Amino acid sequence: MNFSRLIRSALILAATAAVVIAYARPSVAADTPTRGGILKYVVPAEPPSFDGHRETTFALIHPIAPFYSLLIRVDPTVPYKSGNFVCDLCTAMPKATDGGKTYTFHIRKGVKFSDGSDLTAKDIVATYNKIIFPPKGVASARKAFYVMVESVSAPDDYTVVFKLKYPSGAFIPALANPYNFIYAKKILDKDMHWYEKNVMGSGPFIWDGREAGAFIKGKRNPNYYIKGKPYLDGFEAIFAKKQSLRVQAVQGNRAAIEFRGFPPKSRDDLVRALGDKIKVQESNWNCVLIVTPNHHKKPFDDVRVRRALTLAIDRWGGSKYLSNIAIVKAVGGVVFPGHPLAATKDELQQIAGYWPDIKKSRAEARKLLKKAGQEHLKFTLNNRGVDQPYKIVGTWLIDQWKQIGLQVDQRVQPTGPFYATLRKKKDFDVSLDFNCQAVVNPLLDVSKFISDDVSGNQYGGYKDRELDKMFTAMNKSPDPKEQRAIMRKFEKRALDEKANAFITLWWYRIIPHRSYVRGWYITPSHYLNQQLDNVWLDKTKM
Amino acid sequence: MAVTSEVRVEAQYEEFTDKKPIGRVLLQLMRSKPLGAAGGFIVLIMILMAIFAPVLTPYDPVANSFASMTQAPSWQHWLGTDQFGRDLLARIIYGARTALFVGFSSAIIGATSGLVLGVGSAYFGGRIDLVFQRIMDIFMAFPLIIMALAVVSIFGTGAQNVIIAITIPFIPRCARVVRSSALAIREVPYIDAARANGFSHTRIILRHMVPNVMAPYLIMITAFVGQAILLEASLSYLGLGVQEPTPAWGLMLQGGAEEYALSAPWMAIFPGVAISLAVFGFSLFGDAVRDVLDPRLRSR
Amino acid sequence: MSQYILKRLLLTIPTLLGAAILVFFLMRLIPGDICELRLAGSGGYFDENALKICRHELGIDQPIIVQLGQYLWGLVTLNLGNSMWTGRPIISEISLRFELSLMIAILATVTATIIAIPLGTIAAIKQDTWIDYIVRSFSIAGIAMPSFWFGILIIFGILFTTQWWTGVPWMPPIQYKSSWTSWANIENNLSLLIWPAIATGYRYSAVATRMTRSAMLEVMREDYIRTARAKGLLERLIIRRHELKNAMLPVVTVIGIEFAFLMGGLVVTEQVFNLNGLGKLFVESVTNYDYTMTQALVMVVVAVFVFTNFLVDVLYAWLDPRIRYK
Repeated sequence: MNFSRLIRSALILAATAAVVIAYARPSVAADTPTRGGILKYVVPAEPPSFDGHRETTFALIHPIAPFYSLLIRVDPTVPYKSGNFVCDLCTAMPKATDGGKTYTFHIRKGVKFSDGSDLTAKDIVATYNKIIFPPKGVASARKAFYVMVESVSAPDDYTVVFKLKYPSGAFIPALANPYNFIYAKKILDKDMHWYEKNVMGSGPFIWDGREAGAFIKGKRNPNYYIKGKPYLDGFEAIFAKKQSLRVQAVQGNRAAIEFRGFPPKSRDDLVRALGDKIKVQESNWNCVLIVTPNHHKKPFDDVRVRRALTLAIDRWGGSKYLSNIAIVKAVGGVVFPGHPLAATKDELQQIAGYWPDIKKSRAEARKLLKKAGQEHLKFTLNNRGVDQPYKIVGTWLIDQWKQIGLQVDQRVQPTGPFYATLRKKKDFDVSLDFNCQAVVNPLLDVSKFISDDVSGNQYGGYKDRELDKMFTAMNKSPDPKEQRAIMRKFEKRALDEKANAFITLWWYRIIPHRSYVRGWYITPSHYLNQQLDNVWLDKTKM
Repeated sequence: MAVTSEVRVEAQYEEFTDKKPIGRVLLQLMRSKPLGAAGGFIVLIMILMAIFAPVLTPYDPVANSFASMTQAPSWQHWLGTDQFGRDLLARIIYGARTALFVGFSSAIIGATSGLVLGVGSAYFGGRIDLVFQRIMDIFMAFPLIIMALAVVSIFGTGAQNVIIAITIPFIPRCARVVRSSALAIREVPYIDAARANGFSHTRIILRHMVPNVMAPYLIMITAFVGQAILLEASLSYLGLGVQEPTPAWGLMLQGGAEEYALSAPWMAIFPGVAISLAVFGFSLFGDAVRDVLDPRLRSR
Repeated sequence: MSQYILKRLLLTIPTLLGAAILVFFLMRLIPGDICELRLAGSGGYFDENALKICRHELGIDQPIIVQLGQYLWGLVTLNLGNSMWTGRPIISEISLRFELSLMIAILATVTATIIAIPLGTIAAIKQDTWIDYIVRSFSIAGIAMPSFWFGILIIFGILFTTQWWTGVPWMPPIQYKSSWTSWANIENNLSLLIWPAIATGYRYSAVATRMTRSAMLEVMREDYIRTARAKGLLERLIIRRHELKNAMLPVVTVIGIEFAFLMGGLVVTEQVFNLNGLGKLFVESVTNYDYTMTQALVMVVVAVFVFTNFLVDVLYAWLDPRIRYK
């Protein structure tokens, strides 16, 4: 498995945890929360099963996360600092001992599962054993995150010890993964698949029924271990596939919020229609669409053609205008914008496709195409059948390329066949691909750009050992300054010199919600901060 | 699409038609079918729109113009602009090309394949006929949308695949109607005479059978064009139709139109009106053609 | 007659079998599979081994011929099995959606009948007058308008009107509650379903209006109507007693066929109104590569179609003896 090697090379990630990410804090008045009410929210899809350990879709997180506790989680009060981890079931964040190879967690006492039984260290061990060392025939989607773990054990009922094979900065962020629901040992012992069709946890809410394809309901867990929480009496997660209907639902107050994100125009419409009944939270989003030329297909094996493609794209202009119609905004390089490792504006403007003068850039692109003998190149852009932002960005890109004389049409496929094209059939000219991560962790996230035999999810089909070397060096470096310096070289090579694949614009998350929803704060990822224990309804605004 | 019972359709075309000069048919149509004439007029306008698209509008239907995003109808942009700043009227005018291309291609391919299969099935009869009919049954009963979803998932989106998806359900419908007309002709003595003379199958089919089933064939084509335009719109709405930046009416209703329906209602209204008018025109025209060509109804 | 029925019944078997095999291979021709979509569909890192386990669990790693055999055997024994996507029994997944689709079909039929019968009758009586032209234009417009577009206009019409009228935008409910025992649920469901019922009922009424009109015209030409008229019966009485009654058969047939069609999938309209019906399930199961569910749904739709046609054919054969001997 390529990924294990990748992770291993990324192990000395001590820096990651130390990195403090500073984002603008959304201004939310800190009033006193009140109890009561049912929170209704819309979810774009229904999860295939209820087992977080095996599924990968955010559609599982939104309706199911409130039923479970995690060992540690992203701090729900300052979630925009997604590198800030706090205890959920443990009592204090542990310091690594044994040279960074042992982590000892002390577990809260008095936590109960919704069936009344006590939650102990044994349950946590059983859960992590299922995730990290799944028995034969049990699927664990993120097993590869934990290659550094040697064993998980419980010396007594309220202590959990993780022993690592080697010190790793990637361990704690991996542990905070929002999918790592804590299950009951006695159930797992009987049937490892039980949690696929049933829900039973220790989270702020307990199961209150579902209707297939329609909704999932939860009611307040009266025995939740944080006294006085959750504030809500319950929630209803309503599945609604069409985005316009989800917007209408918030407008007509059939739902109070949608946690993935709405397009800018819908935000404007809602605010115009409802005024202060709507509150808007916005954040840069740790997701990005990547233009991926197929290196096995002529003429995209020619670096001049690839560079011309990226030079034609007016990112600064796009950020200004495209952000009015699509959920994208920030101009950025390979690193999540605003992160200390990200390029500054000046640094970005040195890279092809980010030049401040788009006319000069496009002239250069035409020159390159002429040299390569591809002035009238025609090709097809492979795209995913999702409006926001895929198809909008696709249509925009086609227009950008038209301006250097290229004729491009678009092939749009449903998610399944789209992935089959990228991963197996590889019968595309140029494709959009995307990178979307939960916890912001640029040192690992840029693995999308390294050689395909190492990365495992790079679909352009190129090998670039230089980039691989830089990737490993930067992950092994303990010094943030050095990491940053290597990252700049990495970025310049990946996006400009080789133009292997290139970034479009970073996504922008916009959550316009009913202003009576309080205590929920936006994060750079729609996977994070969804347990809803801090959320309350302000009846004065209802 | 309305489901038509085998027997009922067959009953409609039991008698076959004599030939009529095309001029007289047209004149008769104008005089006795004012609705049909209105339909024909709409169809004509649509065809002219498609042919003279570049003359009719100064705007490029594809080029983005961020300076004029989602503008309301004005003297500059009669029907307003969409979220990419493209002139809606230009996209509707050019969209007529896509609609007619998809409409006529699927109607003609579907009806012609149906004609060939129907006549062949009737002419050869016996086991071939039985097997053909069962295969037609399968495609007739098979849910259209699943067929379309599968075709697009297998081959990808694009005008030609949309045409494939739409054509498949048309074939059995036409084949069935043509077959029942052809069955009646097959029993006519001159076909036996032709056979006795040793003419080839091809010649008999082309010279004697096909001309006699032209009426139901033409009726089916006119009916199919409108249905194909409507189906294309539905497929586009599900994201399975032609794709951006191609100007196409169904595509214009998908995605953006709903997103902007409250603040830019023109984006949702005008393409829908274009589709409705076009299908309306083809339906009226098709009804009139049927009334004229179908002797049983003509007496009225 | 019974011989005709038997023959006609036997002819449905190859259709059902053919459709079963067609959907089986069609689904498997789509590139990719359910496990890739589930585990790698969100674009992040994933575990190859998990893919293997998933494929094994669902049995899609078995040879095609074995899968086909299992599927056909399941059909013969009427055991539809579990949905691959949710792992739940297909019967229970379908039943909830079935209830909703049935409700819409009924409401739409009521809407359509209320519009179609009087309009069709008037159009026939006033044939070739401006009343006739208006009615026909109105009904053809119902066929010409994409029903999803009509649905979108309805939703935005409601939002816009309520906002303008009361200042507070109102939106129909977005979730169907299955129990009809409590008044709250019935009220909820009616205010949810009435809009899509109008959107589809209009198109449906267009078909029925046309049928009513032409059936009426046909009956009006019959000898016994002329006799009735010659006898000096009141025109209204003729219409009600004789014409309408006799014209009803083809109209009822068309309504029946359309009803069956509605049950099979309001694929597009359900998307517009977020209805959790069979049509939505259909689209989702195809896009999710849920082979078992798609296969079962296709068989349900094909069976309903084949059975409706069978009934219609038998009905006509019973009415018209010539058909039986053809």
